[in-house]
Amino acid sequence: MTEITHHLPDWLVRSYATGSLGHAFSLVVAAHVSQCDECRARLEAEELAGGLVLDDLKGMAPSDDLRRRVFDGLDDDDVIVAEQPARAGIYPGAVVEAMGADSPRWRALGGGIKQAILSEDKEGSARLLYIPPGMAVPDHTHGGLELTLVLQGSFSDETGRFGVGDVEVANDDLDHTPIAGMEDVCICLAATDAPLKFKGLLPRLLQPIFRI
Amino acid sequence: MLRDATINFDTTGTPPIAAGQAFAGKIMDDRKSAKPTPEAACEQTDWLVAVRDKRDKLAFARLYDHFSPRLKGMLVRSGMTQAAAEDVVQDVMLTIWRKAHLYDETRARASAWIYRIARNRQIDVIRRRPRPVPDELIAEAETRETREADAAIGLEQEAAQLREAIEALPEAQREIIERAYVGELTQAEIREATGLALGTIKSRIRLALEKLRHELRDLREE
Repeated sequence: MTEITHHLPDWLVRSYATGSLGHAFSLVVAAHVSQCDECRARLEAEELAGGLVLDDLKGMAPSDDLRRRVFDGLDDDDVIVAEQPARAGIYPGAVVEAMGADSPRWRALGGGIKQAILSEDKEGSARLLYIPPGMAVPDHTHGGLELTLVLQGSFSDETGRFGVGDVEVANDDLDHTPIAGMEDVCICLAATDAPLKFKGLLPRLLQPIFRI
Repeated sequence: MLRDATINFDTTGTPPIAAGQAFAGKIMDDRKSAKPTPEAACEQTDWLVAVRDKRDKLAFARLYDHFSPRLKGMLVRSGMTQAAAEDVVQDVMLTIWRKAHLYDETRARASAWIYRIARNRQIDVIRRRPRPVPDELIAEAETRETREADAAIGLEQEAAQLREAIEALPEAQREIIERAYVGELTQAEIREATGLALGTIKSRIRLALEKLRHELRDLREE
């Protein structure tokens, strides 16, 4: 396991634990925690706090019917508990689930860069990015918050170097140019709560087509 | 990499958020009359262990009686109808029964593990798609036995201290924390609020994870 140096901010871990985080960001949290014991411990600490609140909660009496349904279900082999798929190569189970396959369906964006959109809803979008060694991801600013988790290789930008398992949290203020490390193709999981905006004219024209 | 043991959620200096104060519900009303001692709180963990190790239906019934009203209350407060909440409680209780083998008392109290299962299921249902969850780090029964028996007790002591810390908070701040974990606050509200120091608990769980990793590695090498 490589050393992870860029972790999730506390509020993201807490938002995930309490269920208030949208799908795209939840995907990044789940994928990061899958490979980071430090953040797994932080998430489980949050859940311990959630359990304390649950323990002290004033409850609502369940119906008698619920009790019957639960106890009838104990010996019912037809009751299936859904399982998230297992990790596949560099992709944590949550990403495999979102891909609906063991590998991404890449679409070329030009310059050897590819992407695979995993989810899009009104709260944001998540996609995988494939960046050949030494290539720059087009310079872009953000309308909201962007989380980028490295799954393979690395990238560097004005704020530092990000290796496998590292997550970059970029907000409105950050105007950055990530460049993939030379050692390998860089594959990232990127999630944002707003459409990305490119600075140059050409990328802006491409934006509606490529949904970057 | 093990970071400094005290990642702090400390909020000294963080202003309380207005949103949390206006219509905060009281959820800990009965706490003073029936304050659970650490030993009593440990009961639920014992029941869950009995379900896991002995498929004990009486212990499961106790878990049901303890958690199903609380889960239903939490789910209704976070916006579900009573009928939808009961459907989720049903799924949660059956998941507890079927996935008990994954429960690791050195890392999670019963209420923490059940809290997670409830959130997972609730979000599956609300969003009509599976909630992304971290890959399981599975504790095999044989490694669990070799781990220190007092790890779960240590976790229980930390939990008791955290409970005291929550109770010592000013009313308004406590309500915000309760509302956050019940699921009534938005992501933006949580980003502004915070308010709980979880550093020592995190360190203890971190240690349990390290031991688990270590023992899983030993198992593979055997």
